[in-house]
Amino acid sequence: MRQIAIYGKGGIGKSTTTQNLVAALAEAGHKCMIIGCDPKADSTRLILNRKAQNTVMDMAREKGTVEDLELDEVLLHGFKNIKCAESGGPEPGVGCAGRGVITAINFLEENGAYGDDTDFVFYDVLGDVVCGGFAMPIREGKAKEIYIVTSGEMMAMYAANNISRGILKYAQSGGVRLGGLICNSRNTDKENELISELATKLGTQMIHFVPRDNEVQRAELRRKTVIEYAPEHKQADEYRALAKKIADNKNFVVPTPITMDELEKLLMDYGIMEKEEVVA
Amino acid sequence: MKIRDHSDLFKQQDYQEQFERKKEFENCWPAEKVKEVSDWTKTEAYKELNFKRENVKINPAKACQPLGAVFCASGFAGSMPFVQGAQGCVAYFRSHLSRHFKEPFAAISTSMTEDAAVFGGLNNMLEGLENAYTLYNPKMISVCTTCMAEVIGDDLNAYIKTSKEKGVVPQDLLIPFANTPSFVGSHIVGYDNMMKGILKALWAGKKGEANGKINIIPGFDTYTGNYHEIKRLMSLMGIDATVLADVSDTFDSPNTGEYKLYPGGTAIPDAMDGVNALATVALQKYSTVKTMDYIQKEWGQKTLTLSPIGIRNTDNFFEELSKLTNKPVPAAIEAERGRVVDAMVDSHPYVHGKRFALVGDPDILLGMMSLIMEMGGEPVHVVCTNGDKHFEAEAKELLASSPFGAHGTVYAGKDMWHLRSLLFTEPVDVLIGNSYAKFLTQDTGTPLVRIGFPLFDRHHLHRQPIIGYQGALNLVTMVVNTVLDELDRKTEGSASFDVIR
Repeated sequence: MRQIAIYGKGGIGKSTTTQNLVAALAEAGHKCMIIGCDPKADSTRLILNRKAQNTVMDMAREKGTVEDLELDEVLLHGFKNIKCAESGGPEPGVGCAGRGVITAINFLEENGAYGDDTDFVFYDVLGDVVCGGFAMPIREGKAKEIYIVTSGEMMAMYAANNISRGILKYAQSGGVRLGGLICNSRNTDKENELISELATKLGTQMIHFVPRDNEVQRAELRRKTVIEYAPEHKQADEYRALAKKIADNKNFVVPTPITMDELEKLLMDYGIMEKEEVVA
Repeated sequence: MKIRDHSDLFKQQDYQEQFERKKEFENCWPAEKVKEVSDWTKTEAYKELNFKRENVKINPAKACQPLGAVFCASGFAGSMPFVQGAQGCVAYFRSHLSRHFKEPFAAISTSMTEDAAVFGGLNNMLEGLENAYTLYNPKMISVCTTCMAEVIGDDLNAYIKTSKEKGVVPQDLLIPFANTPSFVGSHIVGYDNMMKGILKALWAGKKGEANGKINIIPGFDTYTGNYHEIKRLMSLMGIDATVLADVSDTFDSPNTGEYKLYPGGTAIPDAMDGVNALATVALQKYSTVKTMDYIQKEWGQKTLTLSPIGIRNTDNFFEELSKLTNKPVPAAIEAERGRVVDAMVDSHPYVHGKRFALVGDPDILLGMMSLIMEMGGEPVHVVCTNGDKHFEAEAKELLASSPFGAHGTVYAGKDMWHLRSLLFTEPVDVLIGNSYAKFLTQDTGTPLVRIGFPLFDRHHLHRQPIIGYQGALNLVTMVVNTVLDELDRKTEGSASFDVIR
């Protein structure tokens, strides 16, 4: 069983990319599971074809304690029998979302949610690694591989670099490794080259360049992945390609994060950021 | 200067006057109103409201996970319990255990404060481990956590690795760890988590030749007498046994005039050899669930859970042990059984038909229910704050197995304030519980047999075993004499106040 965590800046398309990628893996015959680690609980909607499922923390809130939860209340099956669970968490502005992730993952583990026959477990983790709770999926014994979703936008790259710093800390003490960057294209200038170069600087690879295509949005509106909604569409093949590359990936590294200056220089080298802008 | 005794200090005039004056600010309700409300809390109507209570627990019969974890950790030789968390938490574990055992108890806190909550507790862990190792020279540092470390998600495994890489402690120092959030489970779960953590660290994948021994895991057992008793029984059976987490020396060390930081415990090499044993026997079920699952799955070892409290349970214990080791139960043990059965026959006229309320940890409750029904007593209220649905089902099944269980109800997750209501609306003859249950006795007049943890207000009860036949005899003695004390109280001044009972 391979456990994989997907990180990236908020809004970059982690959940969409993860679900399409997992749908492609499942279509190829792999047994997969997705664990959403985000209070918004939108990591499994496209697999289950419905609005966010009952999350572990929702059910815990209802029952008063996690100890009274039953696994089948929070572990659902969707497209191609993909197992889905959402950690959930508090309302915005209250409580501790990080602890929600810890509680949920502990519950799923202790109750044998992973099973013996699962090939891939994906953790779809909120935004940045903001606190200890959001590092839960990459602690010892859990995800050993990380992919970072990014685009050619500066802040997305900045986040990717920042996440690499988080991984570096856990890579030194545990076995977690960076498997690559997934470029979820925003059609920015020289995006492919830029992210490839960033990947090189981080000591890793751009594992796949997912082009922008409105078919993804059309499928999302219908609460489906492209793999399910339009299996013949060329965008579905992009996700299949990503899935195959991840399944076959052997390139796992301890990342080498760069400084802010280096990141800015990279953007300037590719002509995206004018020198005057930086000075101003 | 005359030192006044505490027992009548507050009855004296100056204090009484002070209390009277304070009423202007505190307890200012008129006495009639207080009595009216107090009487109302004894009614059926109040009980119904009480059982609908959702958002507050009042006198729960449980402690928190790290208390069980440090208790477990202290049962290995040279092991220093180490808590990643705030000082106040650790002060509580230490004082709670010291008050029960009347012994000093050492444990380390990493003294996390507000800045640690913001930046993570890595530095606290590093400094804590370095200080602990340098000052106290432990063979093993057993790490657990409190709420704060858990909420911020401190990664113990990574921190411990970092501390070794940075060289603050030697690479080969044993540092097992367990996540023990106080806000989940109870002390019995903390014990289980720490035991599993320690066994995992000690084992580390090394399996050697079968040693033919039996591992005994007592569970969260605070009777030092039980530890001496189990070792005596194993030796009578001719079984070479290793007690895993032997806390008997830690909490019952002889007074030699010299303080020992590490007074004893299971030797680390013996504990490491546990993986090569014939089988592991747990004497409690609910404080060893994860540990036993781990031993069965990871060690591939035979596991048995046999809780020898009461006659039937002890019979079963020896039968299973005999089957396991192919050793007969010796005549000496059979004679012990005969003696306690004889004692029970002597006492049972006073216990038969008596109604009991019980509160405590799941395993002790199951054992006590069984013993009481063996004497013809009727468990009526069984309250288990830290009991889960599995306990509830098992306890119900036990009640259903005997005609004496017909009037019994099991209340898992309920607290002592619930029990207070029950004692008013459906009174019983005898209450069984820890020292905190004395407030129920104060309110309801139900006589208390002190069994469980903590026992703060009576001495040396923990030194007597409550397991095995000898333990059953001790329990029978405590129960029947409580019934007889009450009988004397009730018959004082009458012709029934008899010298012979």
